[in-house]
Parts: sequence; structure tokens; C-alpha cells
Amino acid sequence: MIHPIPPGTRDVLPDEMRELRAITAALGAAFERAGYGEVFTPALEYEDVLRTGDANAAGAGYRMFDEQGQVLALRSDMTIPVARMVATRFRGVEGPLRLSYSGHAYRAVEHGSGQQREFLQSGLELIGPEGAEAEAEVIALALTALDEAGLARHRVGLGDGALYRTLLDGLEVPEERRLPLLDCLSRRDLVTLELTVEELGLPSDARELLVRVPELRGGAEVLERADGPLGGRLARDALDGLRALMAALAERSVAERVILDLGLVRELSYYTGAVYEVYDPAVGFALGGGGRYDELIGRFGDPRPACGMALDVQRVHIAQAAEERLR
Amino acid sequence: MKDGLTVAVPRGALFADTLDLLDRLGLDTGEVRSNDRKLLFEEAGIVTMRPSDVPTYVEHGAADIGITGKDVLLEAPERDVYELLDLGYGRCEMVVAARRGDDALGEAQRRLGRVRVGTKYPRIASEHFAQTGRQAEIVAVKGSVELAPLTGLVDGIVDLTATGRTLSENDLEVVEDIVTCTARLIANPVAHKLKADRIDELVGRIRAGLS
Repeated sequence: MIHPIPPGTRDVLPDEMRELRAITAALGAAFERAGYGEVFTPALEYEDVLRTGDANAAGAGYRMFDEQGQVLALRSDMTIPVARMVATRFRGVEGPLRLSYSGHAYRAVEHGSGQQREFLQSGLELIGPEGAEAEAEVIALALTALDEAGLARHRVGLGDGALYRTLLDGLEVPEERRLPLLDCLSRRDLVTLELTVEELGLPSDARELLVRVPELRGGAEVLERADGPLGGRLARDALDGLRALMAALAERSVAERVILDLGLVRELSYYTGAVYEVYDPAVGFALGGGGRYDELIGRFGDPRPACGMALDVQRVHIAQAAEERLR
Repeated sequence: MKDGLTVAVPRGALFADTLDLLDRLGLDTGEVRSNDRKLLFEEAGIVTMRPSDVPTYVEHGAADIGITGKDVLLEAPERDVYELLDLGYGRCEMVVAARRGDDALGEAQRRLGRVRVGTKYPRIASEHFAQTGRQAEIVAVKGSVELAPLTGLVDGIVDLTATGRTLSENDLEVVEDIVTCTARLIANPVAHKLKADRIDELVGRIRAGLS
């Protein structure tokens, strides 16, 4: 008789486990060497805590009652628990804090979609410093850690989570008409986006900007293409931020491994500035992602700017196995 | 594809128009046209499949880009793919249809408080009835959905129609239009970044041809 496990979860047998361990060890060693100390937080949190971090994080996943009737939830990402931990355990401790983790997070999955219900994330958080230098450190370290885990062709996509909102602000698009646009963007539906923009009745250069910006991706030259008379005026802060970050990445000699993508959006709403995703040509999904979240730790009562990145170990493993086959 | 993109091509109603489009883009579709058993054409960078599988192959990166109907995308909203272009062809209407003349849908709604709806598109159907504030019991069927209201299995159907001929031949009539569906160009999110130049070039050429 076969005793099933829930779809999207898995048993790991020794051959695979050895390889997964090698990857988490390589990533962890790279983080440790760069001064990122490993932390551990519980898989179960109070639902209120997750909700404080991000309404979406509380909406997904699994809830249960404890013996006092409190609502517990399985964490759906690692950053919110780390933010909660920093605001409570490190209160009064001067930054910067460099923390890393390796642990499981959980989310609800669609039946038959092949998504993981339980997934192992290794990642890092740099808490304290503002500005491009900190983000360049995080991105460069993630790239190096993946090198050491055996990847060779991985790239980081870089965008700004606030850019599109800033453009809509600047063009004075009314609040109730923004949601459909942002929704199209997060569903990656550029066809409906264009139709919805047409309906706004904006002048043609503004229409052009709203339709073209999400399609802009490539090297540093992308910033110049977005920096027309209108775009530059509206989105100066976001574009200047990305420009400074590209410069900081160039200093670390990793700029050529970074693809600017002005249409990049991340699911979670706690990002306040630059957002990142990691890609490898061997895997059709992003290997991980992150960004700057300057307000998240403040929601737990200890305002500190921060940025970080999480990698999906199982997907890194798929990329690493593909890389080995190429050699 | 000659520039290193793999394209998922739907067999069925969109097949001929899609091959014509690829011809205009300079691909050699001769072998695809002449061999309808073969599925993978590595030389041309083409894989052929049923339309509803296109988003799956593209989401997983087994194909970089693909062409499929908007109906397929609406029915599989969890598929994480870029929808890049409305290609304009394969125009169909997603409709609610019912037996001609006897208002079975309205009758069921009034007296039973719900309608029974047969469809191959359970997502689109339940979304439509929910949006319009009606309670619907969705009965998923796999083929010849026109049969369902004739036998009394359901009060009405939600289906895709191009000319309405199959509906009228089965004594059914369109009661409501839901959405117009055309062929769409979709892309894998990772390919969309890592092969941005090639995808943009392709989109640019198709756009130029469309206008």
C-alpha cells in the first residue's frame, strides 16, 4: 500500500540529499565568509506577525490553532520572520547586521501546477545601510555564492518595485484606475496593459511611456531609454537609484551579469525600492529574488533600512545539474 | 527558430494561421506542414502541441515563446508567462448559449435559484457567473458540449464559437457574450530577460506586420 504525501512536498533520499547539502553548504560558506551569520527562526509564526509584515504573506498558506486558540501560520517567506527577529532580538544593537538563513517556507499550490508546497530557501539579509552600495554587496554575494554552488550562466534581473507607481503618480492617474494597470503588470499581461493605458486618455508621450517602460530590459543603456524628457522628470529617484546601483555593481565587476528590467515586479508588497530576481538558462523559473525593504522592520517597531535575497535551493540544484551535463 | 528561440505552435484551429505567420518571419515551416505526425522540429526550433498545452511548455521554459488562444490563457491564469502580443487571428467569442426558444437559463435562475452550466472552460464559466452575481453549478465536460443542454444535463453552456454554426445546427442560440478571444504571443519569464534582444526583435517584426 502506498501512503501518499501532499502534492508539492517530497521525500529526499540520500543521493539527492548529498547534492542538496553540498549546495546549501557552498551557499552558506560563501555567506559566512562575507560576514553573514546564520540564524534560525521557527517555521510556525503567529498569523498576526506575518500579517504585520505583508498582507499577501498572511493570505497564502496554512493556518492552525494552538492549544490557547491562537492562530498560527506556516511562514510563506523567510524575510518577514527575520525582520520580526531583528526588531525584537537585536533592538538597540547597532548595525549593520549581516544575517543568513537556510530553511523551509510554505505556500498553497494549485493542483497539477507542479509548484512546491514546501520549499527550501537559502538567503541573506543586510540590515542597516541605505543606498546602492549595500544592494551591490547583496547582489554580488548572491552571484558569487551561486558560482561556488556550481552555476556558471546565472544572471540577476534588476528593477525598481516603486518605479511604475511613481510614473502613475507623476501622470496623475486616478487611484481607482491604477489597480488594473498594476494588476496587468504583475500578471505580465502586456496586451491588456496596453489596452488599459489607451483608455486613460493621456497624451501620446505619456501613453508611450506607460506601455514601453515594462518592456525595457538590457544593460545600463536601458536607463537612458527610460530617461526621456517625461520619464526622467517623473521617475528621477528610481532611475538615479538604479544608475547608482549599476555603478556600484560595475565597481565589483559584476555589472555584466546584471540585466536591468524596468517591468520587474515581485509578489510581495514590502519592497520599497530596487527588486532583484535570479535566472539561469537551464531553468524556466526564477531561482530566487529579493529587494530593498526599508519599511518592513519598522512595522515591527525598530525602523531600519534593509535589503536581501533568497534562493530556491531545489531550483539551484536543477541549474547546477544542467551545468554539470554541459561540462 | 534560426536565432535560437524555441517556439510552441498550437495544432488545431490556430495551426494554419500560425504557420503563415512564422513563414512571414522567415522560418522554414515546410517540414511542419508536410508531416502531421511529427511533433518536434528541432532544426526549425518548432514544437507542436494542443493549444492548451502551450502555456505549460512555455511556463516551464521547454519553449521560449508560444502561440495560443486567449481562451486557453484565461482558463489557466496560474501559468506564469508573459502575454506579449494580440496576434489578431483566430478570433472567436466565448459565449453563454442555451436551447432556442425556451429560456431554460432564466427559468432555472428564477425557480431553482441557480443555473446548471456545461462547459470545457470551468474557470471562465464560474468567473463569468460569479461576476454577474448568479449562482451556477458548473458541469465540466470534455467534448461536444452542445449535447449537454439538449439532453437536459444542463440549462446552458459556456463555449467558444467562431461562426455560431455548430450552435445553430444543434438548436442552440447565443444568450450572452463573455469575451472575445484571439491568438496571443506568450513568452517564458526567464527567456524574456535572458533572450530579450531576440524576443524584442521578433515582437517588433510581428508588430510591424500587424499594423
